[in-house]
Formats: sequence, structure tokens, C-alpha cells
Amino acid sequence: MATPLESPITFTNVGKAKWWQSGLFASQTGYVLLALVALFVVMNFASPYFLTEGNIQNVAKNFSFIAIATLGVTFVIITGGIDLSVGSVMCFSAMITSMVMTQISTPGMAGADWFVHLAGDGKTVIANVPGLILLVSILAGLGVALIVGLVNGFCIAVLGLSPFVTTLGMLSIVRGLGYVVSNGRGSFPSGPDAGYFYTLTSGVAFGMPAPFIYLVILAVAMAVVLHHTGFGRHVFAVGGNEKAAALTGIPVVRVKIEIYVICALAAGLQGIIICGWLGSAPANMATSYELNVIAAAVIGGANLAGGAGGPLGAIVGCVLLEVIRNGLVLAQVNSYWQQTLVGVIIIAAVLVDRLRSRMA
Amino acid sequence: MVTPHDAGLAVLELKGIGKEFGAIRALHGVDLRVSPGEVLGLMGDNGAGKSTLVKLIAGNFPPSHGEIRFDGKPVHFARPIDARAIGIEVVYQDLALADNLTAAANVFLGRELKRRLGPFALLDHKAMAARALELFGELRSETRPHDLVKQMSGGQRQAVAIARTRLSNAKLVMMDEPTAAISVRQVEQVLGLIHRLKEQGVAVMLISHRMPDVFAVCDRVVVMRRGEKRADKAIADTSPEEVTSLITGAKEAA
Repeated sequence: MATPLESPITFTNVGKAKWWQSGLFASQTGYVLLALVALFVVMNFASPYFLTEGNIQNVAKNFSFIAIATLGVTFVIITGGIDLSVGSVMCFSAMITSMVMTQISTPGMAGADWFVHLAGDGKTVIANVPGLILLVSILAGLGVALIVGLVNGFCIAVLGLSPFVTTLGMLSIVRGLGYVVSNGRGSFPSGPDAGYFYTLTSGVAFGMPAPFIYLVILAVAMAVVLHHTGFGRHVFAVGGNEKAAALTGIPVVRVKIEIYVICALAAGLQGIIICGWLGSAPANMATSYELNVIAAAVIGGANLAGGAGGPLGAIVGCVLLEVIRNGLVLAQVNSYWQQTLVGVIIIAAVLVDRLRSRMA
Repeated sequence: MVTPHDAGLAVLELKGIGKEFGAIRALHGVDLRVSPGEVLGLMGDNGAGKSTLVKLIAGNFPPSHGEIRFDGKPVHFARPIDARAIGIEVVYQDLALADNLTAAANVFLGRELKRRLGPFALLDHKAMAARALELFGELRSETRPHDLVKQMSGGQRQAVAIARTRLSNAKLVMMDEPTAAISVRQVEQVLGLIHRLKEQGVAVMLISHRMPDVFAVCDRVVVMRRGEKRADKAIADTSPEEVTSLITGAKEAA
């Protein structure tokens, strides 16, 4: 019994962390947010049009078009995974939604009798139940996204394939399927419910673009899930130390499948919204969007090694990308510079984080 | 202080345990008793069968021969979680902590406390932090529940890992090389933590290569060599020299 037990052990060398060394202020999200605020100020002086209501609405709408998918990818990145198939899933879900809507809104097509009938004049198509067509077609679009997510999750969590390879394969598979079902042609949401569809996807409510409202709701939900539920805790644990998570009895396989499903569903929803904005679902829609989405997540502080990330970061990353694009246009710089600048920002954001953690 | 062997009922009792992996005999005829509040040192060179024995008790795989009795009843574990359910916890060498989470989150990992809010079950951060603080207090470790594990010292990490075993009221805690690769000051803290467990009547199996630690904290030492138990002596009746010669094989048995 050599150890003295009476005196309580004290750690004189460990102080309480200062407020600026913890929480948001110490995170990559925090200083990217700071950079974004600085950019807003600079842009305001550089261009009188930047802070006009029209332009801000435009920015809000544009970044919402990738931000919902970014929320989904952020879940995956927190666990240390990656999903390269989001761009293809956006396209495929949009296409299926649009094709199903057209199919069941056209009298004479298989299954259409359940949803529509012809009016007395023999030309006007009337929905049997208003809104039902919309619901069914959106569920169909999300359904295919769900299947893609399940397959991704199964391959990665159960079969143990690498997330990069699995989702790279899925990128190609799903894009290919999109071409197969559409024969390479775009498809247009049409029928009696198309009006609702456009209102829901590209309308304006309370002075805000509809996609932005969905984004805010989903981001708040994501924040609650990540930080206040057992599932969210497990997502962070899997990303922090997968072996430890398994040893403590966390259902790692289930958590992983669930996050790939969430990611695919977010991408599917995003695709459907973009489809409403474009008015169609072309077969090459959202090509290479996965790179923008992952870039936004990483700029916002999601760590590709796993264990860090959140909805605020995802949104900040998307806004930053969009403000830069928008700013370059307003400053009449050749918009092709955007891609180059985005690359620089990705590296800069990660570099600053590295320097900061080395100093701490 | 509970003395071994007269305490009557053993927490863990192994009878004639053997384990073969194909043609390799990893363990042969091991008998072992651990009583409540007893700290047992398990020593042996690499490949002596310590890890196999620990994994077997922790439910990673079943023994080929022999019987495991826990609290007087024979037990069979299909998975580690079965062993944990009846009160056997392992503190792993690499501690199995998630660096990106707080101390409290790690203590409650996989066993989070929740409170109901309508149809949702949300994490009860307050209750978890309070309970974690209580456990750290019991262990007399100055570890703040809200600190991230990646900012912690080796001793604090041990406290977090051990607090996790206290949470489930484990009756037997097996610690795999808890004092390897930490500073001298932190070794003191970890040995202190082992004393806290002992005071609370928990049986501890300490797997260690460090002779001074075993002699500082253990009541009894078991030496393994070539898959067999070569010695099982009260610390008072042996010496580091004797244990060393048992480990190396210079002395066959004692």
C-alpha cells in the first residue's frame, strides 16, 4: 500500500479552458463564420447591389439548393465516412418524382385511373384527390433515395467495403439508372398537381424562398438530433473511435446504415427541390454536385477523419461558396474563377484549422 | 479490508480452464479465485496466456475445457455483452474512449440517460454530468464532466474509463496494462483509482508488466507461463525477485 490515499488528488497543471478556447469559438465553423461575416462587410462596400433584398433572396435560394444535401453528407462525414453518390441521387430522385407524376397524371397510362379522370370536355385532366398525386410522386422519389441509402449502408457497414469505393460505384450506378429510365431525355413534372409542386419547391413564403424554410427546419432538427439524442451521440462516437463505440455496445452497424439512409434521403429531397426550380429533371442534372456538397461540409468544419461537424458548419460552408460565386458575378469577375477560388478556400480552411490546433 | 480466501464466496472462480486454438494450446488447467474487494495481479511474459484468460472471462470466446463460475453460479457467455450484463467490465489498454466527446459522454456511452419530451427521448445532459461528477468524486479524480477527453491527461482518461465500470456497478473489473505508457505521477493516480475500487468491494484483476505497481496495489499475484498457472501467492509471501524468476521460467513453480 504505497499510495497515499488521504489527500485528494489535484491537477494543478490543468486549468479551466478559456471561453474562447472552447465551443464554437475554438472550432473551424467559428472562424469560417467569422470569415463569412468579413466577406459580407467587404462585399457591401464593393458592390451597392450586394445587400439589396433581391440579391440576398437570390443568395438564400441558391445556397439552399445544395445545403440540404450538405446536411445529409455532414452526418456521414461525422462518422468518418463519405458519400460520393449524392449528386446522382439528387438527379435520380428528381427524375423518378417527375416521371411518376407525369405517368399517374396521364389518363390511359397504367395506374393513372386511381388518381385522375377526364372532365366532361374530354380534355381537361382532373385529380381524383387533389394533392395525392404530389404526395405519391414525392414519396416515390424519396423511396428510390431510401433504397440507394440502404444499399450504401449495407455494403459499408455489413460487408465492410470502403465508403469511398462503395459510393463512387453508386455514383455511377445511380447516374446510369437515371439515363436508363429516362432514355437520356429529361422529364417534366406535369399534370393537375404540378402547380402545387412548383409552389412547394420554388415558391416564396413569409418573404423567404421555400427551400430556405425547409433548410432551416431540417438544420434545427439535425442540431437537436446530433446533440440531444442517443443516436446523435452514437454518430459522434462512431466517428471519434469506432472500436470504442463497438466495445461499449453501440450498434455501430445500425448507426452507419441509418446515416447513409439519412444522407441519401436528404440528397433525394434536394434533387426534388432543384427539379421544381428548374421545371424539369434533365438526365445530367446535379452532375458533380457531390464535390460542391462535400466541399461545403468540409469548409464548414466537418472533419473527413470523423468526429466533428454540424448543421451550422454545413450551412456556413454553403453560404460561403454561394457568396463568393455571387460576389464574383457582382464584381464582374469572370465566373470561371469560382471553381479555382473554392479550391483555395477548402485548403485554406483546413490549413487554418491545422495551424490553430498546433498552436493550442 | 477484506482478506482473500477467508472472504468465503468468490466473485469469480475458474476450474480447470483450458483453451485451444486449433493445434495451439493457449491455456491449460487454470484454476483461479477472486474475492470481492481483492486486487489480483496477473503477470506473465508475452504469450503466457494472460490476454487469452482475460478475453475468455470477458466473454470474447468460450473456454474449450473447464468451468467459469460467477457469484457461485456457472456462467456461459456468448458475447462480451453477456459478461458485462452480469457485472464483468474490462478497462482496455487503449481505454476505448471517444476523444471527441466529453468525459461525461464517454462514461455514459451506450448507456445514455434520457428524459421524455412528448414522443421524443432526449439526452439528459444534466443528470449525466451530475452522476459523472459523483463518480469522479468517488474515485477522487479531478476530472470535469464537460471537458473533452482529447484534452485530458493519461490519469484522467483512466478515471473516465474506470468511472464507466462503476456506472454499471461491476463486481469484477479487469484492467489491461493501465499503467503502461503514462507518467510516474499518473501511475500514482491510477493505483489510487484501483484502491477506490477495492474500498467499494469491487474485485480487480490487474494485468501488468510493471512489478512495482503490482507490489504496490495487489493483495495476491498469479503468474502465468506457457498457458499454465505457475504461482498464486499472497503479495506478503513473495518478492519481486521470486515473481521475476517465475515469469522467466528460472523457477518452475511456487
